[in-house]
Amino acid sequence: MDKDIDDVAVDYEMSEDEKTILRELGVFGESRRKFLGKVGTGGASLLALQLLAEQEALAAETGEPLTSAFGPRFENALKVTLKVNGEKKSLEVDSRMTLLDALRERLALTGTKKGCDRGQCGSCTVIVEGERVLSCLALAATCEGKDVTTIEGLAEGDSLHPLQAAFIKYDAFQCGYCTPGQICSSVALLDEAKNGELSHVSDEIPEKAAPVDLSDDEIRERMSGNLCRCGAYPNILKAIQEVEGGREVAQTWSFYNSAKEGSDETV
Amino acid sequence: MKPFKYEKAKDLGTAASTLDSIPSASLLAGGTNIVDLMKEDVARPDILVDINGLEFSKIKKKGNTVSIGALATNKDTANHPLVRKHFPVLTQSILAGASAQIRNMATNGGNLNQRTRCMYFNDPSVTCNKRDPGSGCSAMEGLNRMHSIFGWSNRCVAVFPSDMAVGLAALDAVVNVANKDGESRAIPINDYHRLPGRDPSRDNTLKRGEIVTTIDIPINSWAKNSYYLKVRDRASYDFALVSVAAALDLGGGVIRGSRIAMGGVAPKPWRALIAEKELIGKKPSKELFERAAKMEMERARPLEHNEFKVKMGERAIVRALQKSGNA
Repeated sequence: MDKDIDDVAVDYEMSEDEKTILRELGVFGESRRKFLGKVGTGGASLLALQLLAEQEALAAETGEPLTSAFGPRFENALKVTLKVNGEKKSLEVDSRMTLLDALRERLALTGTKKGCDRGQCGSCTVIVEGERVLSCLALAATCEGKDVTTIEGLAEGDSLHPLQAAFIKYDAFQCGYCTPGQICSSVALLDEAKNGELSHVSDEIPEKAAPVDLSDDEIRERMSGNLCRCGAYPNILKAIQEVEGGREVAQTWSFYNSAKEGSDETV
Repeated sequence: MKPFKYEKAKDLGTAASTLDSIPSASLLAGGTNIVDLMKEDVARPDILVDINGLEFSKIKKKGNTVSIGALATNKDTANHPLVRKHFPVLTQSILAGASAQIRNMATNGGNLNQRTRCMYFNDPSVTCNKRDPGSGCSAMEGLNRMHSIFGWSNRCVAVFPSDMAVGLAALDAVVNVANKDGESRAIPINDYHRLPGRDPSRDNTLKRGEIVTTIDIPINSWAKNSYYLKVRDRASYDFALVSVAAALDLGGGVIRGSRIAMGGVAPKPWRALIAEKELIGKKPSKELFERAAKMEMERARPLEHNEFKVKMGERAIVRALQKSGNA
Protein backbone atom coordinates (compact mmCIF):
# COMPACT_ATOMS: atom_id res chain seq x y z
CA MET A 1 0.00 0.00 0.00
CA ASP A 2 1.18 3.48 -0.82
CA LYS A 3 2.46 5.59 2.01
CA ASP A 4 0.56 8.80 2.54
CA ILE A 5 2.38 12.04 2.41
CA ASP A 6 1.68 12.78 6.07
CA ASP A 7 3.53 9.60 7.13
CA VAL A 8 6.59 10.65 5.18
CA ALA A 9 6.37 14.29 6.17
CA VAL A 10 7.06 13.38 9.80
CA ASP A 11 10.30 11.59 8.84
CA TYR A 12 11.51 14.49 6.71
CA GLU A 13 10.13 17.38 8.77
CA MET A 14 8.27 18.79 5.77
CA SER A 15 6.45 22.09 5.88
CA GLU A 16 2.85 22.41 4.72
CA ASP A 17 4.07 24.10 1.53
CA GLU A 18 6.38 21.24 0.71
CA LYS A 19 3.62 18.75 1.35
CA THR A 20 1.31 20.68 -0.98
CA ILE A 21 3.91 20.64 -3.73
CA LEU A 22 4.45 16.90 -3.39
CA ARG A 23 0.71 16.30 -3.36
CA GLU A 24 0.28 18.29 -6.55
CA LEU A 25 3.12 16.41 -8.17
CA GLY A 26 1.26 13.24 -7.30
CA VAL A 27 4.24 11.61 -5.69
CA PHE A 28 2.30 10.04 -2.84
CA GLY A 29 -1.01 8.48 -1.97
CA GLU A 30 -4.27 9.30 -3.62
CA SER A 31 -3.02 11.69 -6.29
CA ARG A 32 -0.29 9.26 -7.30
CA ARG A 33 -2.88 6.58 -7.90
CA LYS A 34 -4.98 9.03 -9.90
CA PHE A 35 -1.98 10.05 -11.96
CA LEU A 36 -1.05 6.44 -12.74
CA GLY A 37 -4.65 5.77 -13.72
CA LYS A 38 -4.56 8.56 -16.26
CA VAL A 39 -1.28 7.32 -17.68
CA GLY A 40 -2.77 3.83 -17.88
CA THR A 41 -5.48 4.85 -20.34
CA GLY A 42 -3.50 7.16 -22.63
CA GLY A 43 -0.07 5.76 -21.87
CA ALA A 44 -0.19 2.46 -23.73
CA SER A 45 -0.89 4.07 -27.06
CA LEU A 46 1.69 6.80 -26.49
CA LEU A 47 4.29 4.19 -25.68
CA ALA A 48 3.45 2.25 -28.82
CA LEU A 49 3.87 5.38 -30.95
CA GLN A 50 7.19 6.13 -29.30
CA LEU A 51 8.46 2.59 -29.97
CA LEU A 52 7.38 2.76 -33.59
CA ALA A 53 9.18 6.06 -34.03
CA GLU A 54 12.34 4.64 -32.55
CA GLN A 55 12.11 1.61 -34.78
CA GLU A 56 11.82 3.88 -37.77
CA ALA A 57 14.79 5.90 -36.68
CA LEU A 58 16.86 2.73 -36.48
CA ALA A 59 15.67 1.64 -39.91
CA ALA A 60 16.65 5.04 -41.24
CA GLU A 61 20.21 4.45 -40.15
CA THR A 62 20.52 1.45 -42.41
CA GLY A 63 19.49 3.49 -45.41
CA GLU A 64 16.19 1.62 -45.88
CA PRO A 65 13.44 3.57 -47.68
CA LEU A 66 11.94 5.99 -45.21
CA THR A 67 8.27 5.31 -45.59
CA SER A 68 5.94 3.57 -43.23
CA ALA A 69 2.30 3.21 -42.27
CA PHE A 70 2.55 6.85 -41.21
CA GLY A 71 3.46 7.99 -44.71
CA PRO A 72 6.74 9.64 -45.73
CA ARG A 73 9.01 10.23 -42.77
CA PHE A 74 10.14 13.69 -43.77
CA GLU A 75 8.18 16.59 -45.12
CA ASN A 76 11.20 17.86 -47.05
CA ALA A 77 13.34 14.80 -47.62
CA LEU A 78 16.67 15.15 -49.38
CA LYS A 79 19.25 12.61 -50.46
CA VAL A 80 22.77 13.43 -49.33
CA THR A 81 25.95 11.50 -49.95
CA LEU A 82 28.93 12.33 -47.77
CA LYS A 83 32.34 10.85 -47.32
CA VAL A 84 32.73 10.50 -43.58
CA ASN A 85 36.15 9.46 -42.31
CA GLY A 86 36.88 8.00 -45.73
CA GLU A 87 33.65 6.03 -46.04
CA LYS A 88 30.90 6.95 -48.45
CA LYS A 89 27.55 7.37 -46.67
CA SER A 90 24.20 7.94 -48.36
CA LEU A 91 21.37 9.31 -46.29
CA GLU A 92 17.90 10.62 -46.68
CA VAL A 93 17.53 13.62 -44.40
CA ASP A 94 15.00 16.28 -43.52
CA SER A 95 16.05 19.66 -44.92
CA ARG A 96 16.35 20.92 -41.33
CA MET A 97 18.89 18.34 -40.27
CA THR A 98 22.30 19.69 -39.39
CA LEU A 99 25.54 17.89 -40.15
CA LEU A 100 25.91 17.44 -36.39
CA ASP A 101 22.61 15.61 -36.05
CA ALA A 102 23.28 13.57 -39.18
CA LEU A 103 26.59 12.38 -37.72
CA ARG A 104 25.23 11.62 -34.28
CA GLU A 105 21.70 10.45 -34.88
CA ARG A 106 21.95 8.83 -38.30
CA LEU A 107 25.51 7.63 -38.61
CA ALA A 108 25.99 6.75 -34.92
CA LEU A 109 29.17 8.84 -34.81
CA THR A 110 28.58 10.25 -31.35
CA GLY A 111 32.16 11.42 -30.87
CA THR A 112 31.14 14.82 -32.20
CA LYS A 113 29.37 16.56 -29.33
CA LYS A 114 26.36 18.84 -29.20
CA GLY A 115 27.08 21.63 -26.75
CA CYS A 116 25.14 24.85 -27.31
CA ASP A 117 23.81 23.89 -30.78
CA ARG A 118 24.02 27.63 -31.56
CA GLY A 119 27.53 28.14 -32.88
CA GLN A 120 28.88 29.54 -29.65
CA CYS A 121 30.88 26.75 -27.98
CA GLY A 122 32.82 24.83 -30.65
CA SER A 123 32.18 21.35 -29.22
CA CYS A 124 30.65 20.24 -32.54
CA THR A 125 33.76 21.19 -34.55
CA VAL A 126 34.53 18.79 -37.40
CA ILE A 127 36.77 19.09 -40.44
CA VAL A 128 34.99 19.48 -43.79
CA GLU A 129 37.11 19.55 -46.94
CA GLY A 130 40.18 20.19 -44.79
CA GLU A 131 38.68 23.11 -42.88
CA ARG A 132 37.32 23.20 -39.35
CA VAL A 133 33.66 24.15 -39.24
CA LEU A 134 30.78 24.07 -36.78
CA SER A 135 28.62 21.08 -37.63
CA CYS A 136 25.69 22.54 -35.67
CA LEU A 137 25.43 25.43 -38.15
CA ALA A 138 26.01 23.38 -41.30
CA LEU A 139 22.85 21.91 -42.79
CA ALA A 140 23.46 18.32 -43.88
CA ALA A 141 21.97 19.19 -47.26
CA THR A 142 24.85 21.57 -47.97
CA CYS A 143 27.44 18.83 -47.41
CA GLU A 144 26.61 16.85 -50.54
CA GLY A 145 29.75 15.17 -51.88
CA LYS A 146 31.96 16.62 -49.17
CA ASP A 147 34.73 14.99 -47.19
CA VAL A 148 34.01 15.05 -43.46
CA THR A 149 36.52 14.10 -40.77
CA THR A 150 35.31 13.62 -37.22
CA ILE A 151 37.18 12.70 -34.05
CA GLU A 152 36.54 9.03 -34.94
CA GLY A 153 38.55 9.46 -38.14
CA LEU A 154 41.76 10.90 -36.72
CA ALA A 155 43.47 7.80 -35.36
CA GLU A 156 45.05 5.32 -37.73
CA GLY A 157 43.95 1.96 -36.49
CA ASP A 158 45.18 1.66 -32.94
CA SER A 159 47.64 4.51 -33.14
CA LEU A 160 46.26 7.82 -31.98
CA HIS A 161 46.65 11.06 -33.89
CA PRO A 162 49.60 12.96 -32.34
CA LEU A 163 47.19 15.55 -30.96
CA GLN A 164 45.00 12.89 -29.37
CA ALA A 165 48.10 11.42 -27.71
CA ALA A 166 49.27 14.86 -26.60
CA PHE A 167 45.87 15.70 -25.10
CA ILE A 168 46.13 12.54 -23.00
CA LYS A 169 49.75 13.13 -22.07
CA TYR A 170 49.09 16.64 -20.86
CA ASP A 171 45.74 15.88 -19.25
CA ALA A 172 44.17 18.46 -21.55
CA PHE A 173 40.62 17.81 -20.40
CA GLN A 174 38.59 17.10 -17.33
CA CYS A 175 35.03 16.07 -18.21
CA GLY A 176 36.04 15.53 -21.83
CA TYR A 177 32.86 16.84 -23.41
CA CYS A 178 34.53 19.61 -25.41
CA THR A 179 37.57 17.45 -26.24
CA PRO A 180 36.56 16.03 -29.64
CA GLY A 181 35.88 19.59 -30.81
CA GLN A 182 39.11 20.87 -29.25
CA ILE A 183 41.13 18.16 -30.99
CA CYS A 184 39.51 18.55 -34.42
CA SER A 185 39.98 22.30 -34.08
CA SER A 186 43.66 21.99 -33.16
CA VAL A 187 44.34 19.54 -36.01
CA ALA A 188 43.04 22.13 -38.48
CA LEU A 189 44.80 24.96 -36.63
CA LEU A 190 48.20 23.41 -37.30
CA ASP A 191 47.45 23.26 -41.04
CA GLU A 192 46.23 26.85 -41.03
CA ALA A 193 49.41 28.07 -39.37
CA LYS A 194 51.51 26.06 -41.80
CA ASN A 195 49.64 27.71 -44.69
CA GLY A 196 50.45 31.13 -43.28
CA GLU A 197 46.88 32.05 -42.39
CA LEU A 198 46.77 35.00 -40.02
CA SER A 199 44.95 35.57 -36.76
CA HIS A 200 43.73 38.58 -34.79
CA VAL A 201 46.95 38.61 -32.74
CA SER A 202 49.35 38.29 -35.68
CA ASP A 203 51.66 41.33 -35.41
CA GLU A 204 52.56 41.63 -39.04
CA ILE A 205 50.46 41.19 -42.12
CA PRO A 206 53.02 40.02 -44.68
CA GLU A 207 51.86 40.29 -48.27
CA LYS A 208 52.81 36.71 -49.03
CA ALA A 209 51.68 33.93 -46.73
CA ALA A 210 54.51 32.31 -44.78
CA PRO A 211 54.21 29.67 -42.02
CA VAL A 212 53.23 31.31 -38.74
CA ASP A 213 55.12 30.56 -35.52
CA LEU A 214 52.55 29.74 -32.92
CA SER A 215 53.21 31.76 -29.78
CA ASP A 216 51.07 31.11 -26.71
CA ASP A 217 48.88 34.04 -27.67
CA GLU A 218 48.52 32.79 -31.23
CA ILE A 219 47.32 29.39 -30.04
CA ARG A 220 44.95 30.93 -27.49
CA GLU A 221 43.45 33.25 -30.08
CA ARG A 222 43.15 30.53 -32.73
CA MET A 223 41.49 28.16 -30.25
CA SER A 224 39.10 30.81 -28.88
CA GLY A 225 36.16 29.27 -30.73
CA ASN A 226 36.38 26.18 -28.50
CA LEU A 227 35.16 26.73 -24.96
CA CYS A 228 36.11 24.44 -22.08
CA ARG A 229 34.02 24.85 -18.96
CA CYS A 230 36.44 22.73 -16.91
CA GLY A 231 39.11 25.28 -17.76
CA ALA A 232 41.68 22.86 -19.16
CA TYR A 233 43.08 25.65 -21.34
CA PRO A 234 46.68 25.66 -20.01
CA ASN A 235 47.00 21.94 -20.73
CA ILE A 236 45.33 22.21 -24.13
CA LEU A 237 47.90 24.89 -24.93
CA LYS A 238 50.76 22.58 -23.89
CA ALA A 239 49.42 19.68 -25.93
CA ILE A 240 49.18 21.79 -29.07
CA GLN A 241 52.61 23.32 -28.50
CA GLU A 242 54.24 19.92 -28.21
CA VAL A 243 52.75 18.66 -31.47
CA GLU A 244 53.48 21.95 -33.23
CA GLY A 245 57.11 21.68 -32.12
CA GLY A 246 57.35 18.33 -33.87
CA ARG A 247 58.64 16.50 -30.82
CA GLU A 248 57.49 12.97 -30.30
CA VAL A 249 54.75 12.49 -27.75
CA ALA A 250 55.49 9.71 -25.30
CA GLN A 251 52.49 8.05 -23.74
CA THR A 252 53.42 7.84 -20.07
CA TRP A 253 50.58 5.66 -18.92
CA SER A 254 48.82 2.44 -19.89
CA PHE A 255 45.58 0.73 -19.02
CA TYR A 256 45.69 -1.58 -16.02
CA ASN A 257 46.01 -5.16 -17.16
CA SER A 258 44.72 -7.69 -14.63
CA ALA A 259 46.55 -10.59 -16.36
CA LYS A 260 49.80 -8.93 -15.34
CA GLU A 261 48.73 -8.30 -11.78
CA GLY A 262 51.67 -8.19 -9.47
CA SER A 263 53.93 -6.74 -12.13
CA ASP A 264 55.30 -3.21 -11.86
CA GLU A 265 53.12 -1.89 -14.63
CA THR A 266 51.55 1.43 -13.79
CA VAL A 267 47.83 2.01 -13.77
CA MET B 1 12.72 24.93 -36.65
CA LYS B 2 9.89 25.46 -39.08
CA PRO B 3 9.98 23.00 -42.00
CA PHE B 4 11.30 24.50 -45.23
CA LYS B 5 11.98 23.48 -48.77
CA TYR B 6 15.67 23.39 -49.64
CA GLU B 7 16.63 24.49 -53.13
CA LYS B 8 20.08 24.50 -54.66
CA ALA B 9 20.32 27.56 -56.94
CA LYS B 10 21.41 26.81 -60.50
CA ASP B 11 22.39 30.37 -61.22
CA LEU B 12 22.00 33.90 -59.91
CA GLY B 13 18.93 34.55 -62.07
CA THR B 14 16.88 31.68 -60.67
CA ALA B 15 17.94 32.44 -57.10
CA ALA B 16 16.96 36.11 -57.50
CA SER B 17 13.73 35.11 -59.21
CA THR B 18 12.71 32.85 -56.30
CA LEU B 19 13.61 35.60 -53.85
CA ASP B 20 11.58 38.08 -55.88
CA SER B 21 8.43 35.99 -56.30
CA ILE B 22 8.30 34.33 -52.87
CA PRO B 23 8.50 36.82 -49.98
CA SER B 24 9.13 34.03 -47.46
CA ALA B 25 12.20 32.74 -49.30
CA SER B 26 15.67 33.29 -47.84
CA LEU B 27 19.19 32.80 -49.15
CA LEU B 28 21.65 30.36 -47.61
CA ALA B 29 25.39 30.90 -47.99
CA GLY B 30 27.66 30.11 -45.02
CA GLY B 31 24.63 29.59 -42.81
CA THR B 32 26.33 30.85 -39.66
CA ASN B 33 23.59 33.39 -38.96
CA ILE B 34 20.48 32.19 -40.82
CA VAL B 35 20.64 28.65 -39.40
CA ASP B 36 20.92 30.09 -35.90
CA LEU B 37 17.99 32.42 -36.52
CA MET B 38 15.92 29.54 -37.86
CA LYS B 39 16.68 27.43 -34.79
CA GLU B 40 15.47 30.29 -32.58
CA ASP B 41 12.37 30.72 -34.75
CA VAL B 42 13.40 34.30 -35.51
CA ALA B 43 13.76 33.49 -39.23
CA ARG B 44 10.97 31.31 -40.63
CA PRO B 45 11.61 30.89 -44.35
CA ASP B 46 9.40 28.55 -46.39
CA ILE B 47 12.15 28.12 -48.95
CA LEU B 48 15.88 28.25 -48.38
CA VAL B 49 17.80 28.91 -51.58
CA ASP B 50 21.35 27.58 -51.28
CA ILE B 51 23.57 29.89 -53.35
CA ASN B 52 26.84 28.15 -52.45
CA GLY B 53 28.36 27.05 -55.71
CA LEU B 54 27.42 30.20 -57.65
CA GLU B 55 30.40 31.88 -59.23
CA PHE B 56 30.82 34.90 -56.93
CA SER B 57 33.63 33.56 -54.83
CA LYS B 58 36.66 35.09 -56.56
CA ILE B 59 38.91 37.87 -55.38
CA LYS B 60 40.65 39.69 -58.20
CA LYS B 61 42.13 42.96 -59.33
CA LYS B 62 40.23 45.02 -61.89
CA GLY B 63 42.21 48.12 -62.82
CA ASN B 64 42.52 50.22 -59.71
CA THR B 65 39.96 48.20 -57.79
CA VAL B 66 39.98 44.90 -55.97
CA SER B 67 36.76 42.97 -56.48
CA ILE B 68 35.79 40.62 -53.67
CA GLY B 69 33.19 37.93 -54.32
CA ALA B 70 30.14 37.87 -52.06
CA LEU B 71 30.57 34.10 -51.74
CA ALA B 72 34.26 34.18 -50.84
CA THR B 73 34.61 33.10 -47.23
CA ASN B 74 35.73 35.53 -44.54
CA LYS B 75 38.82 33.36 -44.05
CA ASP B 76 39.82 33.41 -47.72
CA THR B 77 39.21 37.14 -47.93
CA ALA B 78 41.28 38.03 -44.86
CA ASN B 79 44.19 35.94 -46.12
CA HIS B 80 44.09 36.81 -49.82
CA PRO B 81 47.37 38.37 -51.07
CA LEU B 82 45.54 41.33 -52.67
CA VAL B 83 43.69 42.10 -49.45
CA ARG B 84 46.80 41.69 -47.31
CA LYS B 85 48.72 44.02 -49.59
CA HIS B 86 46.20 46.77 -50.24
CA PHE B 87 43.74 46.61 -47.32
CA PRO B 88 45.38 45.30 -44.15
CA VAL B 89 42.61 47.02 -42.14
CA LEU B 90 40.12 44.71 -43.83
CA THR B 91 42.21 41.67 -42.90
CA GLN B 92 42.35 42.93 -39.31
CA SER B 93 38.65 43.66 -39.07
CA ILE B 94 37.66 40.24 -40.44
CA LEU B 95 40.06 38.43 -38.10
CA ALA B 96 38.68 40.36 -35.12
CA GLY B 97 35.28 38.79 -35.69
CA ALA B 98 33.86 35.40 -34.69
CA SER B 99 36.07 32.29 -34.49
CA ALA B 100 38.22 30.41 -36.99
CA GLN B 101 35.45 27.85 -37.51
CA ILE B 102 32.87 30.53 -38.24
CA ARG B 103 35.18 32.53 -40.52
CA ASN B 104 35.82 29.32 -42.51
CA MET B 105 32.08 29.04 -43.18
CA ALA B 106 30.86 32.64 -43.28
CA THR B 107 30.80 34.55 -46.57
CA ASN B 108 31.30 38.25 -47.28
CA GLY B 109 27.76 38.73 -48.59
CA GLY B 110 26.41 36.95 -45.54
CA ASN B 111 28.52 39.13 -43.28
CA LEU B 112 26.94 42.28 -44.74
CA ASN B 113 23.46 40.81 -44.42
CA GLN B 114 23.75 39.34 -40.92
CA ARG B 115 21.13 40.43 -38.40
CA THR B 116 21.70 42.22 -35.11
CA ARG B 117 22.66 40.19 -32.05
CA CYS B 118 20.33 42.31 -29.85
CA MET B 119 19.09 39.69 -27.38
CA TYR B 120 15.52 40.93 -27.69
CA PHE B 121 15.58 40.55 -31.47
CA ASN B 122 16.85 37.00 -31.04
CA ASP B 123 14.13 36.01 -28.56
CA PRO B 124 10.69 35.60 -30.14
CA SER B 125 9.03 35.62 -26.71
CA VAL B 126 9.58 39.36 -26.28
CA THR B 127 8.60 42.39 -28.35
CA CYS B 128 10.91 43.75 -31.05
CA ASN B 129 10.12 46.21 -33.82
CA LYS B 130 12.81 44.77 -36.06
CA ARG B 131 11.49 41.20 -35.83
CA ASP B 132 7.80 42.04 -35.40
CA PRO B 133 7.13 45.60 -36.63
CA GLY B 134 4.90 47.63 -34.34
CA SER B 135 5.23 45.31 -31.34
CA GLY B 136 7.55 47.65 -29.42
CA CYS B 137 11.23 47.78 -28.48
CA SER B 138 12.18 45.72 -25.43
CA ALA B 139 15.74 47.07 -25.41
CA MET B 140 14.73 50.69 -25.01
CA GLU B 141 13.51 50.06 -21.45
CA GLY B 142 15.45 46.83 -20.95
CA LEU B 143 19.12 45.94 -20.75
CA ASN B 144 20.78 48.11 -23.37
CA ARG B 145 24.43 47.96 -22.41
CA MET B 146 25.38 46.51 -25.82
CA HIS B 147 23.20 48.90 -27.82
CA SER B 148 23.56 52.06 -29.89
CA ILE B 149 24.76 55.47 -28.85
CA PHE B 150 24.46 56.94 -32.37
CA GLY B 151 21.76 56.74 -35.02
CA TRP B 152 19.06 54.92 -33.04
CA SER B 153 15.38 55.80 -33.13
CA ASN B 154 12.73 55.32 -30.49
CA ARG B 155 11.68 52.21 -32.40
CA CYS B 156 15.03 50.41 -32.36
CA VAL B 157 18.37 50.80 -30.58
CA ALA B 158 20.13 47.65 -31.86
CA VAL B 159 23.68 47.76 -33.24
CA PHE B 160 24.88 46.18 -36.45
CA PRO B 161 27.30 43.47 -35.29
CA SER B 162 29.81 43.13 -38.15
CA ASP B 163 33.51 43.94 -37.81
CA MET B 164 34.23 43.41 -41.49
CA ALA B 165 31.66 46.03 -42.54
CA VAL B 166 33.42 48.59 -40.33
CA GLY B 167 36.66 47.87 -42.17
CA LEU B 168 34.84 48.22 -45.49
CA ALA B 169 33.30 51.53 -44.38
CA ALA B 170 36.79 52.96 -43.84
CA LEU B 171 37.82 51.80 -47.32
CA ASP B 172 35.03 53.43 -49.39
CA ALA B 173 33.87 49.99 -50.54
CA VAL B 174 31.03 49.63 -53.04
CA VAL B 175 28.49 46.81 -52.78
CA ASN B 176 27.36 45.44 -56.14
CA VAL B 177 23.93 43.81 -56.27
CA ALA B 178 21.98 42.17 -59.08
CA ASN B 179 18.39 41.08 -59.69
CA LYS B 180 16.65 38.33 -61.69
CA ASP B 181 16.87 40.29 -64.92
CA GLY B 182 20.60 40.67 -64.58
CA GLU B 183 20.31 44.39 -63.80
CA SER B 184 22.98 45.48 -61.38
CA ARG B 185 23.35 48.38 -58.97
CA ALA B 186 26.41 49.72 -57.15
CA ILE B 187 25.71 50.87 -53.59
CA PRO B 188 28.40 52.75 -51.63
CA ILE B 189 28.97 50.88 -48.36
CA ASN B 190 27.81 53.83 -46.30
CA ASP B 191 24.44 53.77 -48.10
CA TYR B 192 24.11 50.00 -47.93
CA HIS B 193 23.06 49.69 -44.30
CA ARG B 194 20.36 51.99 -43.02
CA LEU B 195 19.32 53.59 -39.75
CA PRO B 196 16.11 52.26 -38.20
CA GLY B 197 14.03 55.45 -38.30
CA ARG B 198 10.37 54.49 -38.45
CA ASP B 199 11.06 51.08 -40.02
CA PRO B 200 13.67 49.01 -38.15
CA SER B 201 12.62 45.82 -39.97
CA ARG B 202 14.91 46.61 -42.90
CA ASP B 203 18.64 46.56 -42.08
CA ASN B 204 19.78 47.63 -45.52
CA THR B 205 18.73 49.22 -48.79
CA LEU B 206 18.55 46.01 -50.83
CA LYS B 207 15.38 45.81 -52.87
CA ARG B 208 13.33 42.64 -52.90
CA GLY B 209 14.92 40.07 -55.19
CA GLU B 210 18.36 41.67 -55.18
CA ILE B 211 21.44 39.62 -54.30
CA VAL B 212 24.90 40.90 -53.35
CA THR B 213 27.38 39.71 -55.97
CA THR B 214 30.69 41.47 -55.30
CA ILE B 215 32.26 44.13 -53.12
CA ASP B 216 34.60 46.55 -54.91
CA ILE B 217 37.31 48.36 -52.99
CA PRO B 218 39.32 51.13 -54.66
CA ILE B 219 43.06 50.80 -54.12
CA ASN B 220 43.97 53.79 -52.00
CA SER B 221 46.96 55.59 -50.59
CA TRP B 222 46.26 55.00 -46.92
CA ALA B 223 46.64 51.20 -46.68
CA LYS B 224 49.99 51.52 -44.93
CA ASN B 225 48.56 53.82 -42.28
CA SER B 226 45.51 52.00 -41.06
CA TYR B 227 44.42 50.04 -38.02
CA TYR B 228 41.41 48.15 -36.67
CA LEU B 229 40.92 48.33 -32.92
CA LYS B 230 38.28 46.22 -31.23
CA VAL B 231 37.26 46.53 -27.59
CA ARG B 232 35.16 43.72 -26.16
CA ASP B 233 34.22 42.08 -22.87
CA ARG B 234 36.68 39.21 -23.38
CA ALA B 235 39.91 38.99 -25.36
CA SER B 236 38.49 36.96 -28.24
CA TYR B 237 35.34 35.54 -29.81
CA ASP B 238 32.94 38.26 -28.76
CA PHE B 239 31.08 41.13 -30.36
CA ALA B 240 32.47 44.64 -30.05
CA LEU B 241 31.55 47.04 -27.29
CA VAL B 242 33.29 49.61 -29.46
CA SER B 243 35.51 49.15 -32.49
CA VAL B 244 37.33 51.63 -34.73
CA ALA B 245 38.73 51.24 -38.24
CA ALA B 246 41.06 54.15 -38.83
CA ALA B 247 43.13 55.13 -41.85
CA LEU B 248 45.30 58.15 -42.50
CA ASP B 249 46.59 59.53 -45.78
CA LEU B 250 49.82 61.17 -44.71
CA GLY B 251 52.02 63.40 -46.85
CA GLY B 252 54.29 66.36 -46.31
CA GLY B 253 54.01 65.93 -42.57
CA VAL B 254 50.25 66.53 -42.57
CA ILE B 255 47.06 64.49 -42.74
CA ARG B 256 45.77 64.77 -46.29
CA GLY B 257 42.81 62.50 -45.79
CA SER B 258 41.33 60.32 -43.09
CA ARG B 259 38.75 57.62 -42.57
CA ILE B 260 37.31 56.68 -39.20
CA ALA B 261 34.53 54.10 -39.00
CA MET B 262 33.09 52.71 -35.78
CA GLY B 263 31.42 49.44 -34.83
CA GLY B 264 29.33 48.54 -31.80
CA VAL B 265 27.93 52.06 -31.49
CA ALA B 266 25.18 52.35 -34.11
CA PRO B 267 22.68 50.42 -36.24
CA LYS B 268 25.17 50.61 -39.12
CA PRO B 269 28.94 51.06 -39.46
CA TRP B 270 29.31 54.61 -38.13
CA ARG B 271 31.52 57.03 -40.02
CA ALA B 272 33.02 59.53 -37.57
CA LEU B 273 32.77 62.35 -40.12
CA ILE B 274 33.22 65.17 -37.59
CA ALA B 275 36.48 63.70 -36.34
CA GLU B 276 37.65 62.95 -39.89
CA LYS B 277 37.13 66.55 -40.95
CA GLU B 278 38.95 67.94 -37.93
CA LEU B 279 42.12 66.07 -38.88
CA ILE B 280 42.48 67.32 -42.45
CA GLY B 281 45.51 69.47 -43.20
CA LYS B 282 46.93 69.15 -39.69
CA LYS B 283 50.06 67.59 -38.32
CA PRO B 284 49.28 64.26 -36.61
CA SER B 285 49.57 64.47 -32.83
CA LYS B 286 47.96 62.93 -29.78
CA GLU B 287 46.36 66.26 -28.88
CA LEU B 288 44.80 66.58 -32.32
CA PHE B 289 43.45 63.02 -32.17
CA GLU B 290 42.00 63.65 -28.72
CA ARG B 291 40.29 66.83 -29.81
CA ALA B 292 38.83 65.21 -32.91
CA ALA B 293 37.64 62.15 -30.96
CA LYS B 294 35.99 64.34 -28.34
CA MET B 295 34.21 66.42 -30.98
CA GLU B 296 32.78 63.25 -32.51
CA MET B 297 31.70 61.59 -29.28
CA GLU B 298 30.03 64.72 -27.93
CA ARG B 299 27.27 63.96 -30.41
CA ALA B 300 26.56 60.54 -28.88
CA ARG B 301 23.17 59.87 -27.29
CA PRO B 302 23.78 57.03 -24.83
CA LEU B 303 21.01 54.89 -23.33
CA GLU B 304 20.50 53.90 -19.70
CA HIS B 305 23.24 51.24 -19.56
CA ASN B 306 25.78 52.21 -22.20
CA GLU B 307 27.08 55.63 -21.27
CA PHE B 308 30.51 54.01 -20.85
CA LYS B 309 30.68 53.65 -24.63
CA VAL B 310 31.10 57.41 -25.05
CA LYS B 311 34.43 57.63 -23.23
CA MET B 312 35.44 54.22 -24.54
CA GLY B 313 34.70 55.37 -28.10
CA GLU B 314 36.71 58.55 -27.60
CA ARG B 315 39.75 56.65 -26.35
CA ALA B 316 39.39 53.97 -29.01
CA ILE B 317 39.44 56.58 -31.78
CA VAL B 318 42.61 58.13 -30.34
CA ARG B 319 44.32 54.75 -29.97
CA ALA B 320 43.35 53.61 -33.49
CA LEU B 321 44.59 56.87 -35.00
CA GLN B 322 47.87 56.61 -33.09
CA LYS B 323 48.33 53.06 -34.33
CA SER B 324 47.49 54.13 -37.89
CA GLY B 325 49.83 57.09 -37.94
CA ASN B 326 52.54 55.46 -35.87
CA ALA B 327 52.19 58.64 -33.80
